[in-house]
Amino acid sequence: MDVMLSYMQGWPEWIQVTLISVAKIVLILIPLLLAVAYTTYAERKLIGYMQIRIGPNRVGPRGWLQPIADAFKLLLKEAAIPTNANRYLFQLAPVISITAALAAWAVIPVADTLVLSNIDAGLLYILALTSMGVYGVIIAGWASNSKYAFLGAMRSAAQIVAYEIAMGFALVGVLMVAGSLNLGDIVRGQQGSVLDWYLWPLFPLFLVYFISGVAETNRAPFDVAEGESELVAGFHVEYSGMTFAVFFLAEYANIILISALTAIMFLGGWHAPINTPFTIVPPGLWFIGKTALVLFFFLWFRATFPRYRYDQIMRLGWKVFIPVTLVWIGALGFFMFFTPFGHLFH
Amino acid sequence: MNTRVRQVFQSFLLWELWKGLRVTGRHLFARKITVQYPEEKTPKSPRFRGLHALRRYPNGEERCIACKLCEAVCPAAAITIESEEREDGTRRTTRYDIDLFKCIYCGFCEEACPVDSIVETHIHEFHFENRGENVITKEQLLAIGDKYEAEIAAARNADAPYR
Repeated sequence: MDVMLSYMQGWPEWIQVTLISVAKIVLILIPLLLAVAYTTYAERKLIGYMQIRIGPNRVGPRGWLQPIADAFKLLLKEAAIPTNANRYLFQLAPVISITAALAAWAVIPVADTLVLSNIDAGLLYILALTSMGVYGVIIAGWASNSKYAFLGAMRSAAQIVAYEIAMGFALVGVLMVAGSLNLGDIVRGQQGSVLDWYLWPLFPLFLVYFISGVAETNRAPFDVAEGESELVAGFHVEYSGMTFAVFFLAEYANIILISALTAIMFLGGWHAPINTPFTIVPPGLWFIGKTALVLFFFLWFRATFPRYRYDQIMRLGWKVFIPVTLVWIGALGFFMFFTPFGHLFH
Repeated sequence: MNTRVRQVFQSFLLWELWKGLRVTGRHLFARKITVQYPEEKTPKSPRFRGLHALRRYPNGEERCIACKLCEAVCPAAAITIESEEREDGTRRTTRYDIDLFKCIYCGFCEEACPVDSIVETHIHEFHFENRGENVITKEQLLAIGDKYEAEIAAARNADAPYR
């Protein structure tokens, strides 16, 4: 970075700023897209293993090149647009999805100082962007002019509205104990050992947050928006080739994002679980490891649980999660401010 | 009351879900049963019904006497036979076509055959590259029979005690 800066010394400032921003974006996006590609591979392998088969193993050694082959296949295919679709919205929808999914990564602190933009309202920014993603889904369903896509979009919208609230309330609990919206500060508040992680004082909120996260990303067992047995493929039935690939990327980027956020807010981010011997491992690796662990649960869920019925999803979101989070936030506030063991929660 | 309390605890601790996860988690480490197909193959029964063949007697004479029982029994009407008298006065087929697209590989032709001429071999890996190749002729059937006679005879012998 310093070499680059000294080289560009004489150039006009706006070029410098642009180039550095582009370099940072590339630095985040390349690992992220690779992670997305290999998440799909891990998913197929893992689900295969859980079904006592071995999953993809033909492309490259042990199937390592499978995601690359998939990417090339999708790139080379025709992106068909249905005759009666709204061309502009149809092509805008995947762009919205991927923008929301990727932009949120700007504020994720990988390690203490390793973060693209350390903004104070980081959590709010993330909440805003992840709820933007639903517009991609709704617009895709609407612009496709297909009943399956439309039904999928409607389901997805209802589901995301329901779980966004529970998720938001779960995050309020995090804010209460952390006292900050800055993701870096939230992680710094969990310094120490495993016992200092917010996982423990916020355990019900952790569960609610994680399950809502699974529902938000339209993953099994909450994948009624895709529901291949009922809706073919849900909101992206009409998409093919690159436009489909972009939706796919956005979905997996969102999954990794939710995993990273869970690691940051409940599992101590870049902190090692026990202080002395484990701190040799660089903090960035701890963060990546924790994210991978949460990600593993996403895949594990998909391999295990059958899809929820639509009304069960709504019931769980509105009648279970929202009351549970509200009660726990109330209890948390009571303990923190009116009882002598408030310090336990800080 | 006690069961009610337990129920509440179990549902909030996601007890049933953990049990489900444990099952899949255990299978994650179980021995995998995948057969790596082109390299590994599963054993095949001697009764396996694959591609057809017409057999010959050891002296080289074709077995088929054009009785057309196979044509009659074929539920898919996949077999077409035409016959004529040969110079030596015996009845032989001049045409014996099987449409492999129509054929359902039921093995009735083999069962109907009084001289064990038409048989279904163990061959299941075959393909066509042009339209029309799905209809195989008498010459092709005899060629298959000549090529795989040893295997065909072995399979018939292995199954003979149970027929």
